[in-house]
Amino acid sequence: MFDPAILKMFGQGFLESLYMTLVSSALAYLLGLPLGIILVVTDKDGIKPAPGLNRVLGVIINLLRSVPFLILAVTLIPVTRFITGTSLGPTATIVPLVIGAAPFIARMVESSLKEVDKGVIEAAQSMGASPFEVICKVMLPEARPSLILGAAISVTTILGYSAMTGFMGGGGLGDIAIRYGYHRYQTDIMLVTVVILVIIVQVFQEIGIRLARLGDKRK
Amino acid sequence: MSAGTSLIKIRGLSKVFKTDAGELNVLEDINLDIMEGEIFGIIGMSGAGKSTLVRCLNFLEKPTKGTVYIDNQDLSCLSQKELYKIRQSIGMIFQQFNLLMQRNVLKNVCFPLEIAGVKKKEAEARAYELLELVGLSDKAKAYPSQLSGGQKQRVAIARALANNPKVILCDEATSALDPATTKGVLALLKDINKRLGITIVIITHEMSVVEEVCQRVAIIDSRHIAEVGYVHDIFTKPTTDAARRLVFPEGERVENFISSRCCRIVFNGSSSFEPVIANMVLEFRQPVNIIFADTRNIDGKAFGQIVIQLPEDKLAGEKMMAYLRNRGLTVEEVKDFV
Repeated sequence: MFDPAILKMFGQGFLESLYMTLVSSALAYLLGLPLGIILVVTDKDGIKPAPGLNRVLGVIINLLRSVPFLILAVTLIPVTRFITGTSLGPTATIVPLVIGAAPFIARMVESSLKEVDKGVIEAAQSMGASPFEVICKVMLPEARPSLILGAAISVTTILGYSAMTGFMGGGGLGDIAIRYGYHRYQTDIMLVTVVILVIIVQVFQEIGIRLARLGDKRK
Repeated sequence: MSAGTSLIKIRGLSKVFKTDAGELNVLEDINLDIMEGEIFGIIGMSGAGKSTLVRCLNFLEKPTKGTVYIDNQDLSCLSQKELYKIRQSIGMIFQQFNLLMQRNVLKNVCFPLEIAGVKKKEAEARAYELLELVGLSDKAKAYPSQLSGGQKQRVAIARALANNPKVILCDEATSALDPATTKGVLALLKDINKRLGITIVIITHEMSVVEEVCQRVAIIDSRHIAEVGYVHDIFTKPTTDAARRLVFPEGERVENFISSRCCRIVFNGSSSFEPVIANMVLEFRQPVNIIFADTRNIDGKAFGQIVIQLPEDKLAGEKMMAYLRNRGLTVEEVKDFV
């Protein structure tokens, strides 16, 4: 059905998508994880309340989250050019992906950490743990299963975002789907890219669920 | 007052919470001395402020006014770092155990040692020692979710003991446990107090817990300390309404039964093994109605009380009370108690 050139294109698209998704996820967590922690810690019921900072951060995150990703990516083109020298291709796409996903991840991390039993945090404080120790030794380890599940959701969301950037020449499977499927009406090629995307999402989600279950000592 | 020196001094302590609905006075002008080596109970109905009070003892809640001295150190004068340090010498156990669910039993007991900066090897050796003490050596590798409530509380006790604390605070530590498990946990606390000389402060709403283990008790009622004293004094002669409510939890029902003269007989350990009521009835050939009876074993002595309805005949009633007094019992006529 497909000639070798097309197959090679699929292979490359797959690798590009994977590359964008994984690198962006890692970088977005570098930003989003601390942000999520700060949101929980500075909450009015948190271990180091700072209502002002909490509110400012919350507003910034909500603002970024409410901008549709494609519009954010277009708006960020100058920034992307400044950092990577181009606005095209997978590496350039990492810039808007990280900025678009970090606030989302911050909220995911926030909700995971808020699940941690307040009593356990109080117990650690009663033993003389500092806020930093409470974060590292209690909140993050106790929330681990939930954080892993959240990571699976985040990674698949980022994969979806990365496919959207196909509209602006972002590379990867989304790019192929749009160029061949949308502009050239080659529905078969579009279908194959969609199937590959579905499989990747399934695999990431399954890995996340298994890792979370494996590390969870509550059952 | 007990002969020892006071380990915990609470002075003029008040706590106000700021809520959306305005200010909420939880504690007002609390003054209390807890002696070294004693088991001290703080009892009150829910909402009386006792959980807040215990959190003020290690400054998990900072008092709005007044202060707490632990071992003559004024907690309100300590820096944050010094406060973390002193908390290591104050163990705490909770109603919901509050164990780390993702750590096994051994690592849970190691946790406070990690915070205190003890080396891993030493910490684990100490943790095994403590698990031995609480009788859970075989559960070292188990996770909290695999333990029963009583076992979880034992782990929490081992954890509270890890840094050789001067005092252990128990916040409703047995309220989530069934009566048999409660007995076991209380026996363990008593044993720890006896063997290691650690002061224990028990917060509870159950009189039975106080009777079982405490030497002295403070009754806290709507933000204030209503009464402080030795458990058997308060139990035999409650002077405040708050104390009476706790000593006679079913008092209101008793009231309904009292139609004529009743008397309350207090057993103080000397004569509860003699069938004194039955003998009295045989002696006078007049029936009495037992309205309320509650006797139990406290600290090796039998304590308790029985409320009886006396015969209508006034003279017979007087004679019966005299009969009981002659047998070393405290007898008082009750008209409208509780």
